[in-house]
Amino acid sequence: MTRRDTLVGQPVERLEDLRFLSGRGQYVDDRSVDGMLHATLVRSTVAHGILRSIDTTAACALPGVHAVYTAHDLGAKVPVIPMRMEANADLARFEQPVLAHGKVRYVGEPVALVVADTAAIAEDAAGLVGVDVASLPPVLDRASSERGEVLLFEAVGSNRGLSLQAIRGDAAAIDAAFQDAPYTRRRRFKVHRHTALPMETRGLLAEWDPVRQRLTVSGLVKVPFAIRSLLATLLDMPESAIDAVESDCGGGFGMRGEFYPEDFLVSFAARRLGQAVKWIEDRNEHLLAMTHAREVECDLEIACDLDGTIRGLRGRGAYDLGAYIRPNAVTAPRNFAQMAGGPYRIPALHMDVAMLVSNKTPAGSYRGPGRFETDYFRERLFDIAAGDLGIDRVAFRRHNLLRRHEVPGRLPVVMPYGTGGETDSGDYHETFERCLAEIGWHDKVALAGRQVDGVFHGLAVGSYIEGGASGPREHARLVFEADGRVTVHVGSSAVGQGLETIFAQIAADALGLPMDRIAGVFHGSSGIVKMGYGSLGSRSTVMGGSAILDAAKNLDHALRAAAAARFGCAPGEVSIEDGLRSAAARGRSLPLAGPAGIAADGIEAEGVFENNRRTYSYGTHAAHLTVDPATGQVRLLEYVSVEDVGRIINPMTLHGQVLGAIVQGLGGTLLEHLVYDGQGQLLTGSLASYLVPAADDFPNIRSIVLENHPSPVSPLGAKGAGEGGVISVGGVVANAIASALSSFGVQPDELPLTPPRIWELIQRSSGQVDLP
Amino acid sequence: MSNPPPRTVRFTVNGKPAAVEVEPRLTLADCLRHALRLTGTHVGCEHGVCGACTVIVDGRAMRSCLMLAVQAEGCTVETIEGLGTGLDEGGAEALGPLQAAFRRHHALQCGFCTPGMLMTAHALLSREPDADADRVREALSGNLCRCTGYIGIVEAVLDARPAYQAGAPGGQPATGGIDRTG
Repeated sequence: MTRRDTLVGQPVERLEDLRFLSGRGQYVDDRSVDGMLHATLVRSTVAHGILRSIDTTAACALPGVHAVYTAHDLGAKVPVIPMRMEANADLARFEQPVLAHGKVRYVGEPVALVVADTAAIAEDAAGLVGVDVASLPPVLDRASSERGEVLLFEAVGSNRGLSLQAIRGDAAAIDAAFQDAPYTRRRRFKVHRHTALPMETRGLLAEWDPVRQRLTVSGLVKVPFAIRSLLATLLDMPESAIDAVESDCGGGFGMRGEFYPEDFLVSFAARRLGQAVKWIEDRNEHLLAMTHAREVECDLEIACDLDGTIRGLRGRGAYDLGAYIRPNAVTAPRNFAQMAGGPYRIPALHMDVAMLVSNKTPAGSYRGPGRFETDYFRERLFDIAAGDLGIDRVAFRRHNLLRRHEVPGRLPVVMPYGTGGETDSGDYHETFERCLAEIGWHDKVALAGRQVDGVFHGLAVGSYIEGGASGPREHARLVFEADGRVTVHVGSSAVGQGLETIFAQIAADALGLPMDRIAGVFHGSSGIVKMGYGSLGSRSTVMGGSAILDAAKNLDHALRAAAAARFGCAPGEVSIEDGLRSAAARGRSLPLAGPAGIAADGIEAEGVFENNRRTYSYGTHAAHLTVDPATGQVRLLEYVSVEDVGRIINPMTLHGQVLGAIVQGLGGTLLEHLVYDGQGQLLTGSLASYLVPAADDFPNIRSIVLENHPSPVSPLGAKGAGEGGVISVGGVVANAIASALSSFGVQPDELPLTPPRIWELIQRSSGQVDLP
Repeated sequence: MSNPPPRTVRFTVNGKPAAVEVEPRLTLADCLRHALRLTGTHVGCEHGVCGACTVIVDGRAMRSCLMLAVQAEGCTVETIEGLGTGLDEGGAEALGPLQAAFRRHHALQCGFCTPGMLMTAHALLSREPDADADRVREALSGNLCRCTGYIGIVEAVLDARPAYQAGAPGGQPATGGIDRTG
């Protein structure tokens, strides 16, 4: 079949938009069923303590309350949420029970579930549940976690889980790189705890059919098949008796859709009560209960020759993963270690990262997990090193950025998992030079560090690589419907990224059809395809799209086979004509669709794409900003991203991904911060205190996307591209601030760079104020 | 604990009269969503910051999570469901000029903040059809979006201005402005 590529590559307006723009989206809270009950969680208000008793008497007595469940109601063994990725016996000792028992370990930890006629009654009743906790001292920072004087898990005997190591070169070579180098520099950096904050909070609707003994759970996203599988295990039901229904999803960013305690509890309640149960998270709960991310400290050391040639990079980091190890908790530490070198030539690399628990909300992966953090550390250290060596920081990067002939290259091996891999394709200098040209570096750099009209100008640039297309497989099914239209079914799931449009473009081109012959794109829910692997790690376009290509090829075969059977000829003799309207052979022609058509009953074909190599899109970001020394206020004058994604399916949705990710990165760098007090209470539990970017914060952002180096990994040539926008932001903005404030010698080592912190850095550096 | 008894509240929604029996503590957002099944109005924070629940009450953009349903007695309420221009010749739901501009400029991804954005922008352009980019950003700064970075949204609102300069399009004539000025 020939690809016509009339739709792929075009800024096709999104199919999803019609329902979203007219208020017809179906997010989980938009569905109601008759007789539906409402659930509310009772959560721990204490960060660390012995859970002595829970008194549910008053709550149960409230009219309209159907049940109050505590861990005692869950059977002899309270279900525990296992790791989904990089499962490990050491880390499994820190997995979370679906309801606290024995101890509570963070503020927000589920302690009981109340089910009532209305959400209001459930909330009233939740307020009547008495939870008796004997407080223990909370573990809230790296030092106290590492000391281990107070333990979250006494039976484990330590607050430290597994340590990961990422290694390139043997130990002797790494030591030699640092011993022999004429220049080394070590510095400690820290990225703070923040979170994805999708605009829709989480929610679930679980329906139990007592006659058929079936459970239907709506509101599952990201990895609905994996959640169904785990639900079946924890509820001791056959997987086939659970329908996992994907709803419209108000933003995912890696955090929504992992298995949370509520996934079990709401389903459990529906089955136990024999009724539908809905749970919708409120925003305060969301900030307490949805995974947090990014909190890591690192001592990073670089070794260079005097001409700036990097000899080695090594570091010791520690992630604060909160109270429990969540299903994808390892992703960020792994990426942090493995991607420490980014797209640069680092012959010797050794990163060591500890995973620590603390009495804070458990952490998981957030868009660009580990990459945002590690790129911040690396790019900061590069600017410091270039400054020490008296080398221009652009020249320093140009000198060390991998050349085209060095790509693909091996990635460091991550132990104890033994995972390595290699990059796929690209010319990192191309995006680097283009980005410098786009921001006008040559002309503007003279402004760096200068004060104009009271504010100091700063510039910075940095490069990244982004992993995409995580495996192992994806499934698709194309149905040539009896009416001649085609429906697309795929195991990828939608998290608001425009999947339906992308897949319709890919399917239409693969079949040589106009968009309007694609009658629907169905995704995510169980039953649509045999198995689905969902949306994570910038995988959907590459994996789902490639599976659709395979299904299109198979559909062509199936149509030919059906036509050949009708004509009594060999499939090779059949030609499919006129945009899948008719089939012809031996001088005869028949329509495909319609009651007399060859596909009168519909014909379908499955496809699968299997891949154990990842794609690596890459790019360069540059920023020009000003800092007001009187207030610490940063104003972003211009931010430019240039990246290469191999092949663009829809430039409009792609630019949307990049711009949105950059602004999330700016929020994480300049505004957002999950702050705890000394007792482990979250102080930023509302949107009035947890600040995310608003429309007037960052107006000047540009995204330029290239497709000069298709990926050899997938037949589409496309690479994953949902996360790249966020990766460079911390490093580039922090370096631009350092550049602006170079006359003060300010070195921002810790995010977020809020106005008070920048002001304080200025005061400290200039010695004007003796701060504590 | 005893809650006050339900009361009947009467108001107009998208040009049609509505009468609903509500608990006095029920927010207008929950009333629209759950009692009237107008689920296009979304609830993102329930404390008046995110703007997802923005509807237009008597011509003014309001956060329906900060207003009780009983306070809407006698009011005229416009929601996202009333913003379109009805059905086109083929019977399909037609987008109003602001909605079409949002689609053209990729001003939405997950769509959750979109109804609130549209209602805020509709209220703004109905009163200030010549609003410039800074004014649009200021007016939208009380509506949070986590997907787009706002760039497409601002472009879309600016692009929709001509339709408003010719007279308020879509739904009912909007007379008021917005309840925030930045």
